[in-house]
Amino acid sequence: MRAERGIFAARFRALLQYRAAAIAGLFTQAFWGGIRMMIFIAFYASTDQPMPMTLEQTISYVWLGQAFLLLFPFRADPDIVAMIRDGSVAFELLRPRGLWRLWYARALATRIAPVLLRCVPMLIFATATGWIQWAGPAGILAGLSALLLAAAISAALSVLMSVTLFWTISGEGINTMMVSAMFLLSGMIVPLPLMPEPLASIVAVLPFRAMGDVPFRLLTGVMPAGAVFGEWIFQLAWLAGLIVLGRLLLAMGLRRLVVQGG
Amino acid sequence: MRETGVYLRLISASLRSQLQYRASLVMLTLGHLVITASEMVAIWALFARFGSLRGWRLEEVALCYGLVNVAFAAGEMFGRGFDVFDRLIRSGQFDRYLLRPRSLAVQVLGLEMRLSRIGRMAQGLAVLAWAMASLPDGPNFWQVLLAGWAIAGGLALFVGLFAAQATVAFFSPQSLEVANAFTYGGNEAAQYPMSIYADWFGKFFTFVIPLACVTYYPALTILGRTDAIWPWFAPLAGVVFLIGGLAAWQWGVRRYRSTGS
Repeated sequence: MRAERGIFAARFRALLQYRAAAIAGLFTQAFWGGIRMMIFIAFYASTDQPMPMTLEQTISYVWLGQAFLLLFPFRADPDIVAMIRDGSVAFELLRPRGLWRLWYARALATRIAPVLLRCVPMLIFATATGWIQWAGPAGILAGLSALLLAAAISAALSVLMSVTLFWTISGEGINTMMVSAMFLLSGMIVPLPLMPEPLASIVAVLPFRAMGDVPFRLLTGVMPAGAVFGEWIFQLAWLAGLIVLGRLLLAMGLRRLVVQGG
Repeated sequence: MRETGVYLRLISASLRSQLQYRASLVMLTLGHLVITASEMVAIWALFARFGSLRGWRLEEVALCYGLVNVAFAAGEMFGRGFDVFDRLIRSGQFDRYLLRPRSLAVQVLGLEMRLSRIGRMAQGLAVLAWAMASLPDGPNFWQVLLAGWAIAGGLALFVGLFAAQATVAFFSPQSLEVANAFTYGGNEAAQYPMSIYADWFGKFFTFVIPLACVTYYPALTILGRTDAIWPWFAPLAGVVFLIGGLAAWQWGVRRYRSTGS
């Protein structure tokens, strides 16, 4: 584990350097969040039917989505893409460590460091403006635990995305599709409690809601804190599933990998 | 006319190079189709849940959605050179452009024509066609003409936005993500009728970045929500914005100093 910890720490420190990019990103996201918020205000004003979640909860959910946006694997790790393309992935294979564990440690740092940089100012901003209304302490605690699992799942998914590159050298296509599906299915575009059938039953079983929707529901109190235990089981099951799938695909990819010498 | 020849030659080289990786191109095109389709699914989902949006029906919002997505896809296709202009500056490649006796804007725009954006465009066109077909008496010639004119204005506006964004690269290579708020954010916002937003927001996208002039106002006329004539002139604002964006960029070029080798 020590080597993996070292990789995690080094990657984490490297990513914390990009502060100017974080500020620019904050502005863009605040703008984006504002647009989404106004759209939902307009929709809620157009109906008098009772909704599965209140407008206040929807707005909180939208801003939480902006705060934790970078938790999602937007694309495969560009360094790994480059390694697979130019063959230097062979060096990685020489290291006396399992490749999957190395890449997972990298992915975990790549997910968590930018989120920490981005979420703190975003959460302060959206809480100060009153847009995020938090659940009680129990809900927040439950939500934070679900967020940790969400990061673990997201890292497992991003390793999986990198591994698919053994088959399609330019992984841009698969990744673009994956990301757009991921945003819709995790509640980043429309909060999942508002999804109509049959979409609602489909997203309920897919892993994507474990990365966004579950922690957001707990943090905003749409879901009672007590429901967290069932959600843990859901999250852990998908985490295990994605890890097994990632390791399997990696083993298969390595078996057919030919690195040109020279 | 010589510049047109240069442009066409650059573009055809770009197209040929993209066609070398066909599988990847198809996947990327499909990827963009799925992205935009998922946005339309989201709009559909919200209408299924809420019924209507401030008196607008799904078919009417689909018109705004179609107009802006086709224009944005075209803007991304043709304005790609300005979109990645910061890379030209950082890599020093722009200095080479300066040495060539041809229009700089043509060289930058000729850098790449992104075929993959056909995915977004196809999806936008499909939604637009559906929205036009759902018009009460079917679309007449004038409605189709106005839609085309609005898209042309939108294309000009987005290329102008990319040019304005490229201008920032002369000063700071880092803060480019800010411009995304207005390109991607603008595209996102204009998918819905401007009237649902706060007043200042609608004014911003009318007078500062005239996105509403190339989507919302023409849509009002097409949908018969207004009898006024002026929405026919609104897309001109996109052309004016393009001229302004290019002028800003030219001004940036004049005060550009290379960092040397």
